[in-house]
Amino acid sequence: MLQYLALAAILFAIGVFGVLTRRNAIGILMSLELMFNAVNINLVTFNKYVGGDVLAGQIFSLFVIVIAAAEAVVGLAIVLLLYRNWRGIDVDRINVMKW
Amino acid sequence: MLEKAFFIPFYPLLAFLVIVFFTRWKEKLSSGISIAMVLLGFLHSLAVLIAMLGRDGRPLELAYTFIDHPSIKLELGMWIDGLTAVMLMVVTIVSSCVQIYSLGYMKDDPRWSRYYSYLSLFTFSMLGLVIANNFFMIFIFWELVGLTSYLLIGFWFEKKSASDAGKKAFITTRIGDLGFIVGLMILVAYAGTLNYQEVFAKVTSGAIPANIIALAGVFVFCGAVGKSAQFPLHVWLPDAMEGPTPVSALIHAATMVAAGVYLVARAMTLFAGSASAAMVIAVIGMITSFIAATIALTQNDIKRVLAYSTCSQLGYMIMALGLYGVDLAHDPHTHSVGYYAGTFHLMTHAFFKALLFLGAGSVIHAVHTNDINDMGGLSKKMKITTTTFFIASLSIAGIFPLSGFWSKDEIIAATVHHPFFMTVTLLIAFMTAFYMFRLCFMTFTGEPRDKHRFEHAHESPKSMTGPLIALAFLSVFAGWVGLPWLKHGFSWFVYHGEHQVHHPNYILMVVSTVVALSGIGLAYLVYYKKAISADAIAERFKPLYKLSFNKWYFDEIYDAVIIKPVLGFTRVLWWFDANIIDGAVNGSGWLTVKWSDLKMWFDKYIIDGAVNGLGYICQAGSWALKFIQSGSVQFYALFMLGSAVGFVIYRVTPDGFYYYLAGVVILALARLLSRISRTNRLKTEPDIEG
Amino acid sequence: MFEYALSSLIFIPVIGFIVVMFLPKDNFGLIRWTSALFSFVPFVISVWLTYDYFILHSSSAAMVYVEGPFTWIPALNAQYFLGVDGISVPMLFLTGLLGFLSILASFNIVKRVKEYFAFFLLLIAGMMGVFCALDFFLFYVFWEVMLVPMYFLIGIWGGPRKEYAAIKFFLYTLFGSIFMLVAILVLYFTSEPHTLNMLTLIQTAPAFSRSLQIMCFAFFFIAFAIKVPVWPFHTWLPDAHVEAPTAVSVILAGVLLKMGTYGMLRISWPMFPEALRYFAVPIALLGLIAIIYGALVSMAQKDLKKLVAYSSVSHMGYCMLALGAYSSVTALAGCMFQMVSHGLITGALFLLVGVLYDRAHTREIAAFGGLGVKIPVYTGLMVLFSMASLGLPGMSGFVSEFMVFIGAFSHPGFMVITALAVLGVVLTAGYMLRMVQRVFLGEFNLAKWGGLTEINFREIVTVAPLAILTIAIGVYPAPLSNLMRATLENLINLMAR
Repeated sequence: MLQYLALAAILFAIGVFGVLTRRNAIGILMSLELMFNAVNINLVTFNKYVGGDVLAGQIFSLFVIVIAAAEAVVGLAIVLLLYRNWRGIDVDRINVMKW
Repeated sequence: MLEKAFFIPFYPLLAFLVIVFFTRWKEKLSSGISIAMVLLGFLHSLAVLIAMLGRDGRPLELAYTFIDHPSIKLELGMWIDGLTAVMLMVVTIVSSCVQIYSLGYMKDDPRWSRYYSYLSLFTFSMLGLVIANNFFMIFIFWELVGLTSYLLIGFWFEKKSASDAGKKAFITTRIGDLGFIVGLMILVAYAGTLNYQEVFAKVTSGAIPANIIALAGVFVFCGAVGKSAQFPLHVWLPDAMEGPTPVSALIHAATMVAAGVYLVARAMTLFAGSASAAMVIAVIGMITSFIAATIALTQNDIKRVLAYSTCSQLGYMIMALGLYGVDLAHDPHTHSVGYYAGTFHLMTHAFFKALLFLGAGSVIHAVHTNDINDMGGLSKKMKITTTTFFIASLSIAGIFPLSGFWSKDEIIAATVHHPFFMTVTLLIAFMTAFYMFRLCFMTFTGEPRDKHRFEHAHESPKSMTGPLIALAFLSVFAGWVGLPWLKHGFSWFVYHGEHQVHHPNYILMVVSTVVALSGIGLAYLVYYKKAISADAIAERFKPLYKLSFNKWYFDEIYDAVIIKPVLGFTRVLWWFDANIIDGAVNGSGWLTVKWSDLKMWFDKYIIDGAVNGLGYICQAGSWALKFIQSGSVQFYALFMLGSAVGFVIYRVTPDGFYYYLAGVVILALARLLSRISRTNRLKTEPDIEG
Repeated sequence: MFEYALSSLIFIPVIGFIVVMFLPKDNFGLIRWTSALFSFVPFVISVWLTYDYFILHSSSAAMVYVEGPFTWIPALNAQYFLGVDGISVPMLFLTGLLGFLSILASFNIVKRVKEYFAFFLLLIAGMMGVFCALDFFLFYVFWEVMLVPMYFLIGIWGGPRKEYAAIKFFLYTLFGSIFMLVAILVLYFTSEPHTLNMLTLIQTAPAFSRSLQIMCFAFFFIAFAIKVPVWPFHTWLPDAHVEAPTAVSVILAGVLLKMGTYGMLRISWPMFPEALRYFAVPIALLGLIAIIYGALVSMAQKDLKKLVAYSSVSHMGYCMLALGAYSSVTALAGCMFQMVSHGLITGALFLLVGVLYDRAHTREIAAFGGLGVKIPVYTGLMVLFSMASLGLPGMSGFVSEFMVFIGAFSHPGFMVITALAVLGVVLTAGYMLRMVQRVFLGEFNLAKWGGLTEINFREIVTVAPLAILTIAIGVYPAPLSNLMRATLENLINLMAR
């Protein structure tokens, strides 16, 4: 079982790294998806540890998948708008909300 | 008519009011009303006199309350006795004559109506003064006659000398009145009343201490000194000659200036209550009489000679009254004739002095100058004036059988127990005769010294000569009511204390006549015959001559000793007020402002400085911290992650946390450095994507 | 008399104040006549009140036409409490008369007319209130209320140095009232139960300790003395008088100064008899100094208005002298007479000086001369009031001065002071006659003053009542004397405690 958790941890770490380091907004969104999936794996795995017959973990991961899809849609829409307004999607350039 | 005697003053008052409010624009009507009213007053006075004669001079009193207070009751009322009745006659007669005379004298004056209204007001005040039954009321009218005197002296107020003279007269008499008020206050405080009879009753009953009586007497006498132009307040009277001549005749010769004498006679009981007070009166009268007579010897202004003569004669009367007071104080049953003499001379003097002034007015009217050096020989052109003037001069000199003879004789008789006074009195009588005839001869006889004026001279109109004749008649005969052989003569009618009978003193009559005649004779020699040169005498007695000619330097002394210092003092006080007292006020204001400035500085830089400093520190800190908000979401996420990790580490191994923290800081600095270098690079390179 | 007569005296001008505020500001005629109406009604009421008091109540010393005491501020025990007696009735009359005449005399004001008349009405209300109030709090409120319009009236419509004069007046008076406030508070906290009722305090205050009485007396005295003004607190007066517009000078001299002496007679004299005995001689001495000093300083003046202003200092000195001689009804009556007569005479003198100033635009005595030729009626009036001012018999000034003299003289120990005070009579004659001579007598400068016009009808109307009253009181003072006699006798009894 541990290997599942390890996989999830690695996956999450890759996602975090991607979110923190990618300059491309699409890349950040994709890294976010990785993090979601790491969470899903975790949810399913922990369900195996505690649940028995209860499938709460699986059900949650289904929710997460749906939300993630919606999130990706919203995120991409924002990215699209960013692109239209800024002629690019490099997040470093979009730092207008500072002091 | 006797009970209604208080109407008498109201006739002229009515005339005054009517003229001021209604007939001011109708000049002839105004003078007509004024004269009619004073004649009415004269008739009423005559009725009163007759009624009084009928009741043997028994007095009558009527009073109305003016103010009623527990400490003092002030009233207005009338007291009629022989003296009052005589004075009423004198005032109304002289006033009538003067008013009629003014018809001619004041002809063509633009302020005619005003002149008559003033005369009416004066007559009212003078009659009120005479009729008063108490000191309060006499004081009221005392001041009112002062006012009208002021107004009339300054009647031609365009002339500075006239308005100066008016002011001087008012203020000088007021200085006397100051004493009068103090005297009244003493009377109120000690007698509790101002009614003549009540005061006299207290004085004679011994209810008031003797020294207080003396004090009150002297202070009340101050009023008389001012009003009757006695030494040392006599200086205003000669200047008062700036007024129209009829006014001088009425106010400054016959009536108002006699008010002081009247007061002394009226309040004789008070003055006689203390021999020392009476002595003060007698001495003041003598000094005045002497000084004025010496000054009159050398004056060249016809009116001023008469003015000094008035002073001198008033001094005579006051001296006589004072001596009576002295005698009375020593002996309650004295036979001194001083009271009778003073009041009698008051009456006769009023007539002949009024006549002299009116005659002088007639002369001035003819030659338009006051200076006797510019006259001479006028007898050729002005018969009536000359005749009447000589009659009056003989009368004042005391020549038998004119009225002045009888009264002056009595004054000399009053001094029989006081040899020094008698000497001076005779000396004055001599001087009087001399200066009066000096005046007569220089004015009416000899060659005209100013031909031009002489040619234009003419006898005055009938309105002026008429009164002259009437007064000349009185100057001759008025004194006959006091013939010493009469059983029921003047002394029987006007008396103090008890009815007095007195006997003729033939020696004195002869002496006084000789003295008067020698005075006239000397004047005749010097100024008519020119047997003795006047200039030579003047040269011989030069210091005395200068002293007399310069009026003993009274005006100069007063100016230097009183007026200048007072005016200087007012300026000093004004400076004191504006700079010291007000300076203190403004200085305290200035200090307050400066103190508040200091406070404001403290407030601004110390207290506010602390508050602002705190704000500044906050601002600086926030400036440093604001760079955390970089606008880069990834940085925020990293920060969150780092914090979360740090938190976890802290929970697990607190020690490890510090290593972690150090690592984070090092990484952050490294990042910052690379960031700065990158920003610089970006600035130099062109925008790739734009 | 109708109910709430005193309140109506106070509040009709207040209503007038509000009404005038709502009038269109360019309609001068409307504003003038409205304010004249709202000052005329109180004048009529004050006349009626005086008459009614004289007929019905002058025989007793009790407070009449009393309103209240109504509770006003319960926490302070402050009450709305009005009432008058023989010393306040003449003052109310004077206020009503001078208020109305001053408003008439102000018809030539053209600068900010609306505010001017509004302030004036408020001023009248304040003065009426001071003379009616029987509660210390109320008294203090009115005392201060009147200060504000006065400040603006001097400060806005005054002469060249108006700001200085207004601020000086305001601060000086305020300085005094602070002392009064302290004294009032001391009385409030000392009295048991705490009260601000003057009548109660007059009964109870003499029982307070001597030192407390002396302190309270001194504090009240400072407040009142500044108002009178007693030498050496007098320097605000010439400045305020000279800078104030004519009508305001009239009110200042006619009524405001009397609030000081009124306050003394109403409050400090009967309330602290022991302190009064302690201070009587110094007070009389201050009066003497004021009489002589004021007269001498008047003599040095070059400005007509300033001369009249300093003559006020001198004349109010007679009041102080009389107040020092507290044991004599005659002296106190003389003081009251002097208050009334000074109000009439000096008011008229200020009006007349204003008349001349309106025409000549200068008040310098030396600039004139011989005006008697050109404007005889004006000259006659001016001479009349000068004579009244120097105490000529037949006019009110004489009666008052004479009563002060004979009253004060019989007060124990006052003989010398009073005798010296008589000097003031001569000095007054001196400066008044000098003024008359230099302005009206002498040579007339036709080139300079040929265009001078005679006093007009409206101006005569404002002065004539004062002349008539001055002469009426001078000729027949008995009614006025009887009006206040009972009250004054009662006051003497209170002071003798």
